Amino acid sequence: MLRFVALRVGRALLTIALVVTFAFVVLRLSGDPALMIMSPDAPPEALAAFRQAWGLDEPIWLQYLKYFTAILQGELGQSFRDGRPALELVAERIPATLQLTLPALALKVGLGVPAGIYAALHRNSAIDRAVMTFAVTGFTVPSFVLGLVLVLVFAVQLGWLPSGGQESWRSVILPVISMGLGGAGILARFTRSAMLEVLGQPYIRTASAKGVPWGQVVRGHALPNAAIPTVTIVGFMVGTLLAGAVVVESVFSWPGVGRLMVVAVSNRDLAVVQCILLLVSATMVTSNLIVDLLYGVLDPRLRGTAPAGGGH
Amino acid sequence: MADPLVSIRDLRVAFHGLPALRGIDLDVAPGEAVGLVGESGCGKSVTWLAALGLLPRTAAVSGSVRLEGQELLAAAPSVLDRVRGGRIAMIFQDPASALNPVKRVGVQVAEALRLHRGMEGATAEAEVLRLFDQVGIPDAKRRIHIYPHEMSGGQNQRVMIAMALAGQPELLVADEPTTALDATIQAQILDLLRRLQQETGMALVLISHDLGVVAEMCRRVCVMYAGRIVEEAPSGELFAHPRHPYTQGLLAALPDMVGPRRRLEAIPGGVPEPWNMPPGCAFAPRCGHATPACDAGMPGFVPVGPHHQAACVHVQPATVPA
Repeated sequence: MLRFVALRVGRALLTIALVVTFAFVVLRLSGDPALMIMSPDAPPEALAAFRQAWGLDEPIWLQYLKYFTAILQGELGQSFRDGRPALELVAERIPATLQLTLPALALKVGLGVPAGIYAALHRNSAIDRAVMTFAVTGFTVPSFVLGLVLVLVFAVQLGWLPSGGQESWRSVILPVISMGLGGAGILARFTRSAMLEVLGQPYIRTASAKGVPWGQVVRGHALPNAAIPTVTIVGFMVGTLLAGAVVVESVFSWPGVGRLMVVAVSNRDLAVVQCILLLVSATMVTSNLIVDLLYGVLDPRLRGTAPAGGGH
Repeated sequence: MADPLVSIRDLRVAFHGLPALRGIDLDVAPGEAVGLVGESGCGKSVTWLAALGLLPRTAAVSGSVRLEGQELLAAAPSVLDRVRGGRIAMIFQDPASALNPVKRVGVQVAEALRLHRGMEGATAEAEVLRLFDQVGIPDAKRRIHIYPHEMSGGQNQRVMIAMALAGQPELLVADEPTTALDATIQAQILDLLRRLQQETGMALVLISHDLGVVAEMCRRVCVMYAGRIVEEAPSGELFAHPRHPYTQGLLAALPDMVGPRRRLEAIPGGVPEPWNMPPGCAFAPRCGHATPACDAGMPGFVPVGPHHQAACVHVQPATVPA
């Protein structure tokens, strides 16, 4: 078990290192921050001074080496724009993002999982078909389209809710719905198929054959088995808590991490972008790790010698 | 026969309009051991899944299944839940997949004790230990805490049997209980079932495609073909004087234990598909004795000896001694 955890943690760290490296290379090759920050009309001497000040005139491998050693010391660099530590800039945006993504996650799980279970238990009924139609619509409509439609209806036409900004709890409703519905649709579909798979298993028939009432068969025998694939998807959604709101934050002018990233990318504010990517990959990797460990809790067959995830 | 424990009349099952059972009449007396034999797909399992209401909702079931006079087919779920496991228990072919993989085996047996005998906690655990002991699971104290995947197929089937016994049923339906097991384990499980039947006095329905197994375990044998019972007889009589051509074909396909070696005979052709049933006897297309009379209608049972009847238009009725 300890070896399994150590292996997974090692892999997680390697994944983060790869993301950081990839981001570094792509960002350095995709544009000159000096031109973006200073404007292309700036005098060449000023541009050179800027590059020198931030170490952008050094060979890229040296920059990378310095950057990487700094990260290992917990130093994530400063924003080109105002010189503040990048981590601080990002950290102050995190609460705003979580204000959207946590309720959205609750909506996804709270709506998607029960809907999927219900649809599976009433397979081919009118409600099953309605749930599935809703689910497919939910995840085929992009969240920004849904967001714009919601704004049009509830903010512009009806005037019930604000169209953007972060003024009161009412500002949260539309962005949360635009983000949550698609995920709820995905979860409903996954939960439904996981339940259908489990309900067809011989041990469900065994439980009925020994006189377990149907409600108890569902709760005690089917759900614990169907939870295993569903947890994978929920884990993935937990992983996107920090980065999942980029588009919706832009639509609703919400001052979260996503908006910060859009601005930082277009400005080539390298330290900020890299800091965000580092945090995002860290959340993603951590939630994957937790899912892997949860598999072992949920499924006794995955404990012990053959760890979850196909023994990577 | 004494008043039957279970009485099945004209039981019919169809899946999406295609018939799987085409009128089953079968009585099981208290304490009796009956064998149901036939090729896969002939409806042996479906008969008992239908009787206990365990078929998916897409199955159309009609007819009558009575347990000591109580009709089960239209019974409320609460009634069925008390019958299942409590009065009629069922064990299945593949014990590894018939047990819930995420629950400890002891817990799964204790669940039946809670449902049918109101046992909880330490009382239930003591009874699980006793049941494990009764079905021959060694080291029961440790085994009740492990999961199905940590046991062999034979041990899992013993757990299934312990679970079935937990409700103290009057009838145990064993659906191909040894088909998925090694030959040596098969014999052990059959011995166990026979011993338990004698100890508890419960009735046993043994579903098998293996005539030898059934003959050894059961007094009475029903041979099924394409959703019907085609011959019913005491097992000795069935082996000595099979009357239905299908039964004769089945026996001819078995090797003799004594006598000169002979070529085993296969029955030509295959079971007719449900959407392509012959108008009369379903076996006629494969039967060496078939005549146009066979297609005239479904043959009824003809008494051919004491407790022996066959559904074939060519068998001669015998006067059954009273």
